[in-house]
Amino acid sequence: MIALWRGIDRRSQAVLALALAALVAAPLVADRYLLSVLTLIFYFAYVGQAWNLMMGLAGQLSLGHALYVGLGAYASALLWFYFGIGPWLGVFAAISIAMAAGAVVGWLGFRFGVEGVYFALLTIAAAEFTRIAFDHLDFAGGSGGLFLLYEERRLGEWWNLRGGQMLFYYLALALACGSIALAACLARSRLGFHWLAVREDEAAARALGIDVFRAKMSAVLVSSAMTAVGGVFYAFYYNNLFPAQIFDISRSIELMLAPIVGGLGTIFGPVVGAFILTPLGEALIALTAKLGIDIPGVKAVFYGLTLIAIIYFRPSGVWPWLARAIGITGRKP
Amino acid sequence: MRRLARSAVEGQTGQVRRTAMMWSIYLNVVVQGVLTGLVYGLMALGLSVIFGVVRVVNFAHGEFAVVAMYAAFLLFKTLELDPLVTMLPIAAAFFVLGFALQATVINAFIGRPEHDQFILLVGIGIVIVNGLLMIFGPDAQPANLSYGFDSFPIGTLMIDKVRVYSALAAVAIATALFGFFRYTETGTAIRACADNLTGAAVVGLDVKRLYAITFGIGLACVGTAGALMVMIADAAPALAPAFTLLSFIIVIVGGLGSMTGALIGGVLIGVSEALAGFMIEPSMKSMFSFALLIAVLVLRPRGLLGRRA
Repeated sequence: MIALWRGIDRRSQAVLALALAALVAAPLVADRYLLSVLTLIFYFAYVGQAWNLMMGLAGQLSLGHALYVGLGAYASALLWFYFGIGPWLGVFAAISIAMAAGAVVGWLGFRFGVEGVYFALLTIAAAEFTRIAFDHLDFAGGSGGLFLLYEERRLGEWWNLRGGQMLFYYLALALACGSIALAACLARSRLGFHWLAVREDEAAARALGIDVFRAKMSAVLVSSAMTAVGGVFYAFYYNNLFPAQIFDISRSIELMLAPIVGGLGTIFGPVVGAFILTPLGEALIALTAKLGIDIPGVKAVFYGLTLIAIIYFRPSGVWPWLARAIGITGRKP
Repeated sequence: MRRLARSAVEGQTGQVRRTAMMWSIYLNVVVQGVLTGLVYGLMALGLSVIFGVVRVVNFAHGEFAVVAMYAAFLLFKTLELDPLVTMLPIAAAFFVLGFALQATVINAFIGRPEHDQFILLVGIGIVIVNGLLMIFGPDAQPANLSYGFDSFPIGTLMIDKVRVYSALAAVAIATALFGFFRYTETGTAIRACADNLTGAAVVGLDVKRLYAITFGIGLACVGTAGALMVMIADAAPALAPAFTLLSFIIVIVGGLGSMTGALIGGVLIGVSEALAGFMIEPSMKSMFSFALLIAVLVLRPRGLLGRRA
């Protein structure tokens, strides 16, 4: 951690420290709405980072990450719902279950040489399969959904994630910061370099003696575990879960927007992407509501157009360009 | 004693009659599944043609199918034109759309990393499906054809007219397409691009134009299939991702790039969905398709009839 901090130049240090201080102090001045938008930004930065580790660093395209969000959310919510086991314990169950699912998907994919398009389809199929399965799991509420009680008397139990906007704001901020630190560590670790090698040229990586299967497997496991934590956050933040929503393919697409827009395979890409997309989406909603043309689909159309524009004009994302523009190299000269 | 014997005999014939009835119900379900599957097959054929030649995976495939559904739906509601008639102008319009899309946007992505292409088409898909949502709203809209509930009685079978017509139309279009690829010069040139891209470029084929034509043909297939689909299903934006996945399942089961494979895969999926929907809960039927997709991806990635991976 300290080595990481020392490894970057002064200017980046200053920008990072200022940004962090501003975000920590934000609840002093921001109202509830602004905090909720920021919370959403951090959430997308976090799950985007999880996806980015797998796609951006290890080059494995998953279009079914909603699977891990959903499993994490349901695991922790069910433990709370039936046994009153709080999310601080439930998160371990969530992580193990999502990792088990990730292991199955990864093993099926990598052991049997399912690559590229086919792997992406495998991940979609796994997510959709689970969605329909959860539609028929009666103990999890089926398609009617699972609801966590919002009890006034438990609102102070922050350790059980029962609280107001402020609690979730700081939790999301911590998650986003943690994910950046983790990604930065991983990117500089031996494993991270293995991932990059596999992404760039699998055959060459294998020829260098890298265990490609293990590298890809570890990418899926790390990514699914991280995403599951995002799922736990989702469950306790929104207090309701529907299979048709949480496992839906549009959820999987939603969480990869931020890293793609920000810059695939970059440490700050997901954060930058989330900071661009979420406020624009919110502004668009506010604008259409004001103009009286507030109909479902507007925000998604805008996201779709953004996606097309970014991938057409700036496929490496916004962050590499932005970093150059403000003179942050990320490394000591 | 005698009474007992008689009742035993009656019980037996009753059993036989009941078994015969069960069989005819199953046969009915299978036949309906085959007919629906042929329309699915035509839709998947579009995806297969595009992937086989252009090597781009059309992640917006089902979205285009639903656009065609709404086009046929509107033409039927406003001008009372039968989808069997309007499928041809819709196919033509979709050909132009596909040609333009490939010529302007997608050609720029040939040779770019695979995931760039995915993301582009995923983006196009999002815009289409949510555009439809904005215009038509989320509710399913039935076309209500005048012969929508008629059926052909064949022996004990009752086969929906709409399914027969749409399946016949799908087969006719698919046959025309086979003919095009087999016997025309353009069709041969497109096959040359698919078989050996460098070779095709060396002998002077205009690869980009052929790609645009191929994408146009692929969209014309999905446009026709969408128009026919109006006859057997209600139009709704939510169908789009389901259709995309369905086409993928069919094409992968049949083998990506194989044209006969797409039709046979369509029939297989049509029948298995119909049977699953009949024997267990209808809402669980696509679980089988996804399980089948995973099994085929893992065990036989070239598909049942595919030539190469």
